[in-house]
Amino acid sequence: MSEATMILHIDALRLTRRQRGETREVLRGISLALPAGRICALMGVSGAGKSTVLRSVVALEPFDGGTIRVDGVSLSAGPVPKESALRQFRRKVGMVFQQHALFPHLTVHENVTLAPVHATGAVPQQASRMADALLESLGVMHRRDAYPSQISGGEAQRVAIARALALDPPLLLMDEPTAALDPARRGALAETLRALAMAGRALLITTHDVDFAKAVADEVAVMAAGEIVELGAAHDVLERPQHAATRALLSHERV
Amino acid sequence: MLTGCVAPAPSASSVERPLAEGQAAAVTPLRWGGDAEGGAPFVEADPSDPASLRGFDVEIVDIVARGLGRSPQFTQVAWASIEQSVARGDFDLGVSGLEDRPELRARFAVSLPYFEFREVLAVRVADRDRYRTLADLAGKRVATLGSTMAYRLLLEAQTQRGVVPVSYDDDVHPYSDLVDGRVDAVLLDHVIAERALERLRRVTGRTADPFVIQPTVVARGAYVAVFAAERAALRDSVDAVLSARLRDGTLAAIFKRWGVWDDQQATYQQRLLARLDSGAASAPSSAGDASGARPVTATTIAAYLPALLRAAAITLGLSVAAMVLAVLVGGAIAAGRVYGSAVTRAMLGAYVEVVRGTPVLLQLFVLYYGLSAVVRLPAMLAAIIGLGLNYAAYESEIYRSALQAIPRMQLEAARTLGLSEWQVFRLVRGPQAFRLALAPMTNDFVALLKDSSLVSVITVVELTKQTAIYATNVGSWFVPGVLCAIIYLAMSLPLSRVARRLEARWHV
Repeated sequence: MSEATMILHIDALRLTRRQRGETREVLRGISLALPAGRICALMGVSGAGKSTVLRSVVALEPFDGGTIRVDGVSLSAGPVPKESALRQFRRKVGMVFQQHALFPHLTVHENVTLAPVHATGAVPQQASRMADALLESLGVMHRRDAYPSQISGGEAQRVAIARALALDPPLLLMDEPTAALDPARRGALAETLRALAMAGRALLITTHDVDFAKAVADEVAVMAAGEIVELGAAHDVLERPQHAATRALLSHERV
Repeated sequence: MLTGCVAPAPSASSVERPLAEGQAAAVTPLRWGGDAEGGAPFVEADPSDPASLRGFDVEIVDIVARGLGRSPQFTQVAWASIEQSVARGDFDLGVSGLEDRPELRARFAVSLPYFEFREVLAVRVADRDRYRTLADLAGKRVATLGSTMAYRLLLEAQTQRGVVPVSYDDDVHPYSDLVDGRVDAVLLDHVIAERALERLRRVTGRTADPFVIQPTVVARGAYVAVFAAERAALRDSVDAVLSARLRDGTLAAIFKRWGVWDDQQATYQQRLLARLDSGAASAPSSAGDASGARPVTATTIAAYLPALLRAAAITLGLSVAAMVLAVLVGGAIAAGRVYGSAVTRAMLGAYVEVVRGTPVLLQLFVLYYGLSAVVRLPAMLAAIIGLGLNYAAYESEIYRSALQAIPRMQLEAARTLGLSEWQVFRLVRGPQAFRLALAPMTNDFVALLKDSSLVSVITVVELTKQTAIYATNVGSWFVPGVLCAIIYLAMSLPLSRVARRLEARWHV
């Protein structure tokens, strides 16, 4: 696949942390490319570095080497730039946090319109209509005027997705979307995410849920100790694991 | 509290005090209360030995105790509370330049009026010819000590002549504020006025007098010793000693020694002796013990309620203004401590620690009196600034902890949505922190409402001060205290309710 069609391009991403005088390499040269319309599952045991990759891609975590490019806008190594310098970048990436991080003092509808109205200066009525459309498509329109404390975990996740999509970013990141979800709802979530990909978005999702990865991902990248140890089409990697870390992940899942 | 050790004045003939252990234990001490903060020439700590007392009232108690064969034992009480302490039985008698008046006689047994004082006006030298009497002072600020005859005279002059009374808790600052131009005159006892003049002469060290005492006597009164009503027998014994010492010139000698003897006092003593001889004994200045009775009734409540409500309005206005200042400054301090540079954080941290670590009373004194050479703030403004800046330190801690209680992920989520740092603060962090801070803020406002009573030390007459004045006038704290409490509760309870409702609505 040519680079031009790639929505996300991570090249040789390195990150070192200093803790109590010790330096620890958290990411040791991660490279990953993701085209529009595809879903990539970033897998691995806890501590492998999955969430750190997401945090770097959404410009919350500074990194020490390599580049990240999203839809033509680049982030380079060094401290996280000021928000004023990230204006353009922020419109390219939406992020759904593991605990959703909805704003408790705002209604569902206000959570979704916050970014369009305040970050991009959209006309309130227009932002409101767009938010309603998003809430409708995600099946939470009936919770429009509720506060986050009044809705269920599954509903909160859908609202968080709507909020992340409010600026219509080409790339959506999700951190452990199945963690707080009962098994019955995972199928519905997979369907929702497939629909988002079908509409042309690229999705990068961290998970250690193999069944969910099988159901939703086109590609799988397996991480271990800060490196991608196996990368390929989801069915290849998950059916015929080559690396010990992948096999461990799969066996762990079956237990 | 200063107790025991009553030493003679330096110039006094050295009389041994019966404080030797065996002797003191053998007799019941004569317990007396006074206010050493009132100072010379009544009762003051001896500058050469601050643990002991001197003053003409101290010497009078000494001769009385000697006459009764007992030893004096002193208890320190704030001047305005001496009478209430006597009523409680804290000591046998109160002696500290206490003014004879009908309300006092209605509720207490009082001694013969041993000294006559004259209410006199003190004015700046330049005003010597302008302000001779109260009638000349319409619309002018006239200072005095709260809860005194002079204060009552000023209240009358307020309704009759438009004089503006300014009440102080001590008798030193009225005169320094007169010199500084904060007030236009001081009305107080001639003893106090002359002492203030001497002190200021000493302090300024200039030959020109800092102010003048007008010769016109505004009113006359007398000092008495005060006993609980049921101690009339003790009062009679004390009076017997006092009249003997009056006859043999001992009292005159004491007053001479303390520089408060003059022709008018001599005339007064002659009149007093004549009355004693004619059998009119202890009450030459009033018709009798029962005549001045002024029970606390519905009519007195009706008479004082408007003044209490006006004072309540001052308390409320002062508290609201101080709270607004505290919220604004506190918010700025909190933002500086959360977002500022290391230097900013250290400086603001130091401010908070200094303000929280020192009494607000001290801060008010420094702001009003201490800085008066640099900036001369009106009392009300000083009160608002003092309380506001003090509470700002507490508010800032509330906001700081509230800001820090907002989970980091909330801020990160806001940033990933493309909000600027300021928008994150304004739209996400601030509103959530405000909801967390609301309950402690309400608490603080209620506390401020009550702490505002401290500003009476810088002459603002608010609700508690007005209640104290009322209580002194009627000679009881019960009804004024209950009224005052009801008014405070009427101000604070609705506020707590509103806060609880908002909290419930915001479901935090």
